[in-house]
Amino acid sequence: MTRLNARIPEGPLAEKWTAYRSGCRLVSPSNKRKLDIIVIGTGLAGASAAASLGELGYNVKAFCYQDTPRRAHSIAAQGGINAAKNYPNDGDSIHRLFHDTIKGGDYRAREANVYRLAEVSNSIIDLAVAQGVPFAREYGGLLANRSFGGAQVSRTFYARGQTGQQLLLGAYGALSRQIAAGTVTLYNRRDVLDTVLIDGRARGIIARNLVTGEIERHAAHAVVMASGGYGNVFYLSTNAMGSNVSPAWSAYRKGALFANPSFTQIHPTCIPVHGDFQSKLTLMSESLRNDGRIWVPALKKDVDRLKSGEITPVDIPESDRDYYLERRYPAFGNLVPRDVASRAAKERCDAGFGVGRTGMAVFLDFKDAIKRKGHDTIEALYGNLFQMYGQIVAEDPYRTPMMIYPAVHYTMGGLWVDYELMTSIPGLYAIGEANFSDHGANRLGASALMQGLADGYFILPATISSYLADEIHTPRIDPASHEFTLAAEAVRERLNRYLSTGGSRSVDHFHRRLGRIMWDHCGMARNEAGLQHALGLIGELRREYMEDVRVPGRMDRYNPELEKAWRVADFIELGELMARDALMRRESCGGHFREEFQTPEGEALRNDDEYAFVAAWEAAGEGAEPSMHRERLEFNDIKLSQRCYK
Amino acid sequence: MNYTLRIWRQENAEAKGSMVTYKVSGISPDSSFFEMLDILNQQLIEGGQEPVSFDHDCREGICGTCSLYINGRPHGPVKGVTTCQLHMRSFKDGDTITIEPWRAKAFPVIRDLIVDRSALDRIIQAGGYVSINTGGVPDANSIPVPKEQSDDAFDAAACIGCGACVAACANAAAMLFIGAKVSHLALLPQGEIEAEHRVMKMVECMDGLGFGGCSNTYACEAECPKGISVTNIAILNRGFLTASLMKQKEKPSKGDSL
Repeated sequence: MTRLNARIPEGPLAEKWTAYRSGCRLVSPSNKRKLDIIVIGTGLAGASAAASLGELGYNVKAFCYQDTPRRAHSIAAQGGINAAKNYPNDGDSIHRLFHDTIKGGDYRAREANVYRLAEVSNSIIDLAVAQGVPFAREYGGLLANRSFGGAQVSRTFYARGQTGQQLLLGAYGALSRQIAAGTVTLYNRRDVLDTVLIDGRARGIIARNLVTGEIERHAAHAVVMASGGYGNVFYLSTNAMGSNVSPAWSAYRKGALFANPSFTQIHPTCIPVHGDFQSKLTLMSESLRNDGRIWVPALKKDVDRLKSGEITPVDIPESDRDYYLERRYPAFGNLVPRDVASRAAKERCDAGFGVGRTGMAVFLDFKDAIKRKGHDTIEALYGNLFQMYGQIVAEDPYRTPMMIYPAVHYTMGGLWVDYELMTSIPGLYAIGEANFSDHGANRLGASALMQGLADGYFILPATISSYLADEIHTPRIDPASHEFTLAAEAVRERLNRYLSTGGSRSVDHFHRRLGRIMWDHCGMARNEAGLQHALGLIGELRREYMEDVRVPGRMDRYNPELEKAWRVADFIELGELMARDALMRRESCGGHFREEFQTPEGEALRNDDEYAFVAAWEAAGEGAEPSMHRERLEFNDIKLSQRCYK
Repeated sequence: MNYTLRIWRQENAEAKGSMVTYKVSGISPDSSFFEMLDILNQQLIEGGQEPVSFDHDCREGICGTCSLYINGRPHGPVKGVTTCQLHMRSFKDGDTITIEPWRAKAFPVIRDLIVDRSALDRIIQAGGYVSINTGGVPDANSIPVPKEQSDDAFDAAACIGCGACVAACANAAAMLFIGAKVSHLALLPQGEIEAEHRVMKMVECMDGLGFGGCSNTYACEAECPKGISVTNIAILNRGFLTASLMKQKEKPSKGDSL
C-alpha cells in the first residue's frame, strides 16, 4: 500500500486554481495541430471537452456508443445545474457552494478540487447562455433560480425539467461545429474495449465498430475517459440501457486506480419497481421536492385499507399522515440531501408503512402546492415530469399523490484522478461521472451537470497542456505497433470466448441476478455479513457466467447481445470490487451506510480518525485480490462535523 | 395479455428484408413496449435464434434513440410519447401489432428495425449552433431575454432528434427538424446574429442528403412525440426567404472583386 499524491498546488485554497493556471505549461498553436487526443464518451463532460480541445486546435477523436453524440445519458438529467452566481441575493458565494458540496459529500471529497469546481461554476452558466441554452427566466428577462436538496440558497439554474437535455444540446452544438471545422473526428456506434499503453503511457484504444463488428485501433498522445457512471451494475437503475463501465474498467485492468467504488447514489424520488420483467427505473426530478411533500400513513390500518382499495390516498386526513422528513429534519424538511431522504423512505417502508402494490413506495404529494400556486404554475414547473409519470403509472399526479421509491442513480466513485484530472496512468485522464473526485460519499442535486461541464469546458483543457507540453516532440503514435496488436488480439479472443461458450442462459439473466445481489447487499444499507455473503455469490455468478452464458450471432456484424456480454462481464468484476470496498470501510458516510455504524437516531456515523481517506484500488490480475492505496483527505478550510439537517 | 407481432427482419443494409410473425404471451399491461420486445428476444435467444435488433437507450422518452413504425405510425398509437414510453395497456389482448423501421431514403436500414440517422447530425454540423468558443463570453444576465420569447425558444429546443417527423412525412422531409433548431436559435438574441447564415447553410445541407420537400400536410407535427409545432417551419421558410433576398442584394457589392 502506498500513499497517493494528488499533486495539489501550494497556497491558499481560494488562490490555488488561479496560481495553477498562471504557472502551468502551454502548447503553442502550431504544435497543438500535431497532437492527437482521444475522448471517450460524448455526454456533458466528453462533448464539452472534445469541443473545447478542438477549438484550441488539438486534433481530437471523439467516441460514443450511441448513434449520435446528442443521445448520451446526460440528456436525461432533469432538475438543474448549480452555480454560485448569487443572482437571488440570498447569501450565496463560491465559498458557500464549496462548503455545501463538501458537507453534502459527507467530508469524503478533496477540498482543492471542490473549491475549483465552485469557482468555475459561474463561467458554465455564462457559456451556456451564450450558446443559446434556453434556461428558465423571470418576467423581467433575467435568469430564474430554484432551490435544491442540501442547500438553503436558490442557486440552481434550470430549463423546465429538461436541463440536462438543453445543456447537452449546447455542448453537442459546440462539438458539431468542431466536427464541421475538421478539428474533431466523430466515431459513433463504437464500444471502447481496451486502453492501450506504450512504455507505461496511455497511447490509444481498441474499439469495436458496432455496425460492422470491425475491431479498430486508434492512437493518440493522450486519452480522456468521459464514459460516465456505472449504476447499471445494479441492473435496475435510472441510467440508460447502454450505460456501462467498460472503457473505465479497461483502464483499471491496465493499472489505473479505481477510487471509492462503493460510493453509490440512491436517488429518493423514482417511480417504484412494478414487476420482474422491468428493464429500467425512471427518475422523477429532485426539484419536485421543492413543492411536493413526502408522506406515508401514520396508522397501520390506513396502510391496509389503501392496499385493499377501501380508501384512496386523498381520503386520509392531515392528522393521520406522517410527513416524516418534515418531522425528522425540520430545518431542511423535504429538501434534505438525497442519501438522507432515501434512507428515511427505506426506514418507513421497512417498518411497514410503505404504500403501493409492493409496500415499497411513499407518497409525494402536490395538493398543497397546487392550492398555493395554482395548477398552471405547477404545470409550467413540472409539466413534462407529471406527463411522464402519468404515462408510466396511469395515474394523474395533479389529483392523487405520486408514489416514489429510491433507485440507483449516480456513482460518486470512479477512476482515481489527481488535481489535473489525470489518472494514475500518465496521459490518461478521467472527467465527469467517470472520475471520483468532487462528490465524496454523496452528490448534491444539480451538481453532476456542473461537474461534467466544469471538467470538460474549463479544467481539462487547461490541465492537459501541462502533459502535452512534453509531447510536442513525440511523433504521431503508430497504431500498427506491437502493443496495439497484442491488445486487439486479446479483445478478439475475449469476444470469441463469449460467442463460443454455448451456454443456456442469456446475458440479461446473469445481469439481473448480479443486480439483485448488489441491491440486497451493497445498496442503501450494508453490513459485514451481507457483504461477505455477496462476495461469495458474485464469485459463483462469475464462474457460472464463464460456463453458461449464451451469446447468439456473430462478431463481424451488428450484435447487441455480444455488446452486453462484454459489459456484464465487467460489471460482475466491478460488483466484486464494490463489495470489497464497502466491506473495508468500517464507517457510514453519505450514500455508504454500514448498519453497524449509526447514531442512536439512525444517522450515518463517520469515523474521521480512521477513514478520512480515498480508497484507490489497484488490480492485481486474474484471480488475485486487488490492493488498496490511500489518499489522506486534509481539511484545512472546513471543520469536520456530523452532518446535521435537523 | 397475448399478442401476435409482425416484425421487419433484415440482416444488413444490402440484404432484402421481410416481415416475420412471432407470438408473445403472458405480457403485463404495465410493461413497456420495449419490455415486451425484451421478452420476445429472451425467447428467441433461449430458442437458439437471433434476437430482433432495435434502437433504444434511455427508455424515458428523452434521448431520441428509439424509433419504430408501429401499426403504421411513428412511435405508435399514443400521441405525444416515444416508443419507449408506450405501454402495453395501449393495446388490446389478442392484437396483431406490425412493427417496421423508419422508412426514408435519408435513413438507410442498418439491421432489422435500426436505421442510420446520421444525416440529421450532418444538418446540425452545417450550422445548428451559435458560433462561439469556450471562454470570453459576457455575464449570463447581461442580455435580458423576454420570458415569452425564451419559452418559445425552449419549446422549439425540446426536439429530441428522433426523426419521427421525417418518417411521418410522405416526402420524407426534414423541415420540422431543421425548423425547430432554426427557430430555437433565431428567437434568442445570442443566436439571432447569424440566423440568416444558419438557415442557408442548414437548408443547403439538407438538400444534398436525400430528404424530400415539404408538402404542408403537417403529419410531422401530428406524429412528433414532443409536440414540436409546424410554426417552426413557417419561421424557417420566412428566414430562408429573407436570407435569400439578402444574398441577392449583397451580390453587387461582391462584384468588387470581379
